[in-house]
Amino acid sequence: MLDIMLTRPQSLFDQLEAMHRTLARSFGNEGGPGAIRPVTQGSFPEVNVGRTAKSLEVFAFAPGLDAASIDVTVERGILKISGSRESGIPRAESRTQVYANERPQGRFVRAISLPDDADTSKVDAKYRNGVLRVSVALAEAAQPQRIAVQ
Amino acid sequence: MSDRNEISRNNAAPANERPVAPAIDVFEDAAGITLLADMPGVSRENLDVRLDGETLTVEGALDLDLPQDMRAVWAEVQVPKFRRVFTLSRELDAARIEANLKDGVLNLRLPKMAHAQPRRIEVSAA
Repeated sequence: MLDIMLTRPQSLFDQLEAMHRTLARSFGNEGGPGAIRPVTQGSFPEVNVGRTAKSLEVFAFAPGLDAASIDVTVERGILKISGSRESGIPRAESRTQVYANERPQGRFVRAISLPDDADTSKVDAKYRNGVLRVSVALAEAAQPQRIAVQ
Repeated sequence: MSDRNEISRNNAAPANERPVAPAIDVFEDAAGITLLADMPGVSRENLDVRLDGETLTVEGALDLDLPQDMRAVWAEVQVPKFRRVFTLSRELDAARIEANLKDGVLNLRLPKMAHAQPRRIEVSAA
């Protein structure tokens, strides 16, 4: 703890952040393997993934974006959602006082590993009420084939 | 304006049903205060902004139109409800509050009473 304070003397919040990250590393994961693209707590946007018989549904909770500026790509089985969000706070006006700045801003990237049966040629994305919904069709399960015996 | 968490009421519900406080940006200029709140998945019908005396309550319910047979695989957002309560200060003009919801972002404008706007006081020489 003492060395954290020595290397980051600038702000109390930086120290708390660094301590939080150290603790998360010691106690997070709990022995199990983590995703190869780890996501720190409180990433933006938050993501929910659900599966139906025919599709994988990915919901990214990203309010306040311009739909045209969100990048959704699928490459080698990875669905990547990226973009950037501007701060809602007007910049550098002399008479503006900021009391809270909790909303994340800046560039964001979320990567989701798609299952083997995902049909990446059939991907659909919609942005509504600040939620980006990406639907990836799943390949039909192979029908069992009966082979005639000669 | 201060943020008040209703601790006793919220703790009565189990953790996975307690509404989540939306992330907010709050800034003040000479004419009033602006509050921006991230409430993704909330449409106008499911948004409730109430003023009760000096208490401003912002509540919203998420509606994602989920397919019936969907099984959750990964859920970072687990509670489909937002709620945050604020105590307003007296110089804000409650009658002229404006609210706007676009793409899941609530924009609340709380103008100050006309008499509360900053005035420069002339100093006269005695």
